[in-house]
Amino acid sequence: MTEALIAALFVFVLASFTGFEVINKVPPTLHTPLMSGANAISGIAVIGALVVSGERDWNVSVILGLIAVVLATINVVGGFLVTDRMLQMFKKKEVKA
Amino acid sequence: MSNNLLTVAYVAASALFILSLAGLSSQETARKGNVYGIVGMLIAFIATSFSPGVTEYGRLGSVILPGAVIGAIVASRVAMTSMPQLVAILHSFVGAAAVLVGIANYLQLEQFQTGIEATIHQLEVFIGVFIGAVTFTGSVIAFGKLQGIIGSKPLLLPGRHLLNLGLLGASVWLGVQFMTAIPLSGLQPLLIMAAIASVLGIHLVMAIGGADMPVAISMLNSYSGWTAAAAGFMLSNDLLIITGALVGSSGAILSYIMCKAMNRSFLSVILGGFGAGAGVATTEGSAQPTGEVTLATVEEAVEVIRNAKTIIIVPGYGMAVAQAQYSLSEIVKILRLRGVQVRFGIHPVAGRLPGHMNVLLAETNVPYDIVLEMDEINGDFAKTDAVLVVGANDTVNPGALENPTSPIAGMPVLEVWKANTVVVMKRSLASGYAGVENPLFYKDNTRMLFGDARKNLDAILGQLSYV
Repeated sequence: MTEALIAALFVFVLASFTGFEVINKVPPTLHTPLMSGANAISGIAVIGALVVSGERDWNVSVILGLIAVVLATINVVGGFLVTDRMLQMFKKKEVKA
Repeated sequence: MSNNLLTVAYVAASALFILSLAGLSSQETARKGNVYGIVGMLIAFIATSFSPGVTEYGRLGSVILPGAVIGAIVASRVAMTSMPQLVAILHSFVGAAAVLVGIANYLQLEQFQTGIEATIHQLEVFIGVFIGAVTFTGSVIAFGKLQGIIGSKPLLLPGRHLLNLGLLGASVWLGVQFMTAIPLSGLQPLLIMAAIASVLGIHLVMAIGGADMPVAISMLNSYSGWTAAAAGFMLSNDLLIITGALVGSSGAILSYIMCKAMNRSFLSVILGGFGAGAGVATTEGSAQPTGEVTLATVEEAVEVIRNAKTIIIVPGYGMAVAQAQYSLSEIVKILRLRGVQVRFGIHPVAGRLPGHMNVLLAETNVPYDIVLEMDEINGDFAKTDAVLVVGANDTVNPGALENPTSPIAGMPVLEVWKANTVVVMKRSLASGYAGVENPLFYKDNTRMLFGDARKNLDAILGQLSYV
């Protein structure tokens, strides 16, 4: 086991617990926006895709990476925008109520 | 951008993502939460773009731009009723991206590492591709089921648990092949494993049916997080690990909350097969509910509504399918103007996505304070004059409480039958998504109004607006 892996596991476990704690009390009304928001955030995979496709000459890796960038970008942009659309509706309603 | 600066940016982005999820879990802060998420993503994105490894901006821009445009178009066009499908397909993108990144990463880095470093890295790649592939195909199947391309009934192959174990075993065996292969010749076992994991993903979600779909979606949400975390491990990227773990664990806890609301065990949902015992139970026990179905006309339904001082409306997926929420909202507006107490009762798993009904009602400007959760409203049915059930079935099934052999036995339901009169709007007498008979339809105080929910509600609306 190298130090890098141990450090990564450390970060992983702590972040997992943070996730549990943060979500524990969410009202069912917000389940859908929360899920689409979380989905947008998991599009962070775009960072990984950028790293594998950002340098070097053309090769298979870069092509695979670029496809991954497209998919992850759709996910990020689509996810955040649709979450905002939903939350806007809740907002409107709150004002009226 | 130097590595130190990159780290600072990643720490900031991680903090923003935590704030984002925390914000999204309460009504007042939800929009702010989403903005935090966007800012975090922008910081991460820009920082990575300026990191030493990334140089080919023209090339990247030419794929990012179309991706962003497609995402924006999809997000602005999608109907709120199709939200479950959209979320499912977006999950599949994360899975696919992770698989591609894993394979690309293997091809790039393999030759530069030796010894223990290389072994750990190979393991990370292998696990990352595995989770990614399961997420990808699982989400595609979920999308197909929600979109109606694939039948919603659970596919229950004989010995499916053995099949899953076999697929898992084969993946582990391939993993060993992969780890011991000389550099780059491991590609073959890696690709074969990706194919096997894809089959596993398909099979897992095909076996999930019925009322468990909301949980399945939330589970896939969780998987997409773990996928991102696995990609972080293989790229040694802390931001990916943190963000992935956040989304993964929050998705898991959300699934757990939902399972509890349905009184279902977490494990049995994951392993699928809802309705497996159901088919047997309903045919063997011939639990055909006794009594007569009382049909109602639109006029009679209007009569019931006119005579009621207190009304509770229980919407289900049928409302979304028929796009009946707009007409319903108009009816509610008229009734409220006439001083009738109208409220909505929402089952935690109504619809195909948790919270789906709330979003649809929000879209039609139904005031927030009259939309209540099951626990808040269940005690009030006995004091209610009329209940309108619009396209809900399993969530109002008294069999869940009265019949211990029912496949949905023990699931908390909205106790609509305690009201004075129940009007059930439904396309036909067919059983619901879970494939379970509903004794509610045979009760004395139940009136069935068959037909398209939207047409019926429009007709009711028309008659109500006179007088």
